[in-house]
Amino acid sequence: MSSTIEPAAAAVGAAAAPLAMRGPEAVPITLLVNGVTRRLAVEPRVSLLDLLREHLTLTGTKKGCDQGTCGACTVWIDGRRMLACLTLAITCEAREVTTIEGVADGAELHPMQRAFIAHDAFQCGYCTPGQVMSAIALMDEGHASSDAEIGEWMSGNLCRCAAYPNIRAAIRAVRDAPGGDGHAAA
Amino acid sequence: MRPLSYARATGVDEAIATVSADRGCAFLAGGTTEVDLVRLNVARPTGLVDINALPLDRIEDLADGGLRLGALARMSDVAEAPGVVERFPVIAQALLLGASPQLRHMASLGGNLLQRVRCSYFRDGVSPCNKRMRGSGCAALDGFNRGHAILGTSEHCIATHPSDLAVALVALDAVVHTRGLGGDRAIPIDDFFLLPGETPQLEHPLEHGELIVAIEVPGAPVARRSLYLKARDRESYEFALASAAVALRLETGRIGEVRLALGGIATKPWRARRAERALLGVPADTASFAEAAGEELASAVPRGLNAFKVELARRVMVRALEAAAAMGGAV
Repeated sequence: MSSTIEPAAAAVGAAAAPLAMRGPEAVPITLLVNGVTRRLAVEPRVSLLDLLREHLTLTGTKKGCDQGTCGACTVWIDGRRMLACLTLAITCEAREVTTIEGVADGAELHPMQRAFIAHDAFQCGYCTPGQVMSAIALMDEGHASSDAEIGEWMSGNLCRCAAYPNIRAAIRAVRDAPGGDGHAAA
Repeated sequence: MRPLSYARATGVDEAIATVSADRGCAFLAGGTTEVDLVRLNVARPTGLVDINALPLDRIEDLADGGLRLGALARMSDVAEAPGVVERFPVIAQALLLGASPQLRHMASLGGNLLQRVRCSYFRDGVSPCNKRMRGSGCAALDGFNRGHAILGTSEHCIATHPSDLAVALVALDAVVHTRGLGGDRAIPIDDFFLLPGETPQLEHPLEHGELIVAIEVPGAPVARRSLYLKARDRESYEFALASAAVALRLETGRIGEVRLALGGIATKPWRARRAERALLGVPADTASFAEAAGEELASAVPRGLNAFKVELARRVMVRALEAAAAMGGAV
């Protein structure tokens, strides 16, 4: 079999007009972050991570590698864990962004946050917000059945202090709590 | 990061028209390669057309038992789709052994095929690299080339193709469906990935503005007994040093049908056709597997730090074939 071109469809692309581009200067965008509508002006090149930290002073989300390797910037976009450093903020219009600042219920920490404290699941704490965001999502995804499975499905979050055993213990504790799916407070 | 302009497309044709109209414009899907390389100053688009809202994310079963995977279906969704898990386990395994959960939620299938090499000399933005700057040379030839390719190389580039998914798709004779100003094309996946040869800057046959819309995998009963084996430095979240996608059907202890493709050792997802020919009709035992693996690797060109990959690839092939044979084979 070789490559084929079907000329019958030749006019498809040409029929549509090019879109108007926005930027590169700052353009107005509207984002929904932790349930709050935020209107601001940002350049299209601004990452979601930089927007959260520099424009919204939501500094819980951390910048580790800034190249999609370490997981410190893990947030939820439309409920799925993703990396804020490889996401352009402007692409998040009409999507729901949740950061570590958005998982507690007022003053009441999320069960996963409490478990991280109870099990001493961090040393320096820099990777912890990303670990917690990933760990809660892990419960949702149903991949916490064993230590091996937890390890595999948490592998996108590096911890240079190597607090991994305690992180696994915290996740196990939430998993095994009565009725605990990690979402009691969410 | 360099300044960028941006538009969000809601229709396939307007996205194609917008990128086609401007050489500086590129498509933006999951962003896991594109945003990374723009930040590194390796990719230098002046505008990005966001295609994430396009209706290209469906995962459909085909009448012949095959699959049509929308180009914007995410790695994590495809890995869990019942038709993929049941009929093409090698695809599900290749997806789940790649990247991390966060990246798999982001990365699209079309973007997975178009991801760029992880050669550090390509990514650093300054070293000689014929892929990044034509005619500048290849720093990997005599450099730190432990992760580099031993098959399909040239004197101009030895970078390894990084995709696991593509290895499975090459084994399964998938077809890449595209749309551009020139119309629709169906490109057999083995033709989609180009060897570096004299032109390592060319990695695929797409025109500027041509968009992958879907990947079709033809029905293949043999693929129900298939697997993906990946050897790497870490147990998770790491690229392959050597990997194999295998599908096998046995007929009274002999190999009746076999698909074998390799990753981590070649400049493109590598269909092991020599090994497949050597395997047809022979007893499904370790000696046959080792002989076939040796034939595939006869043309390997190791360089310095990656010489271990010849033996590693041989072992990965043998172990993958043994595992596939142990699955029962006779379907």
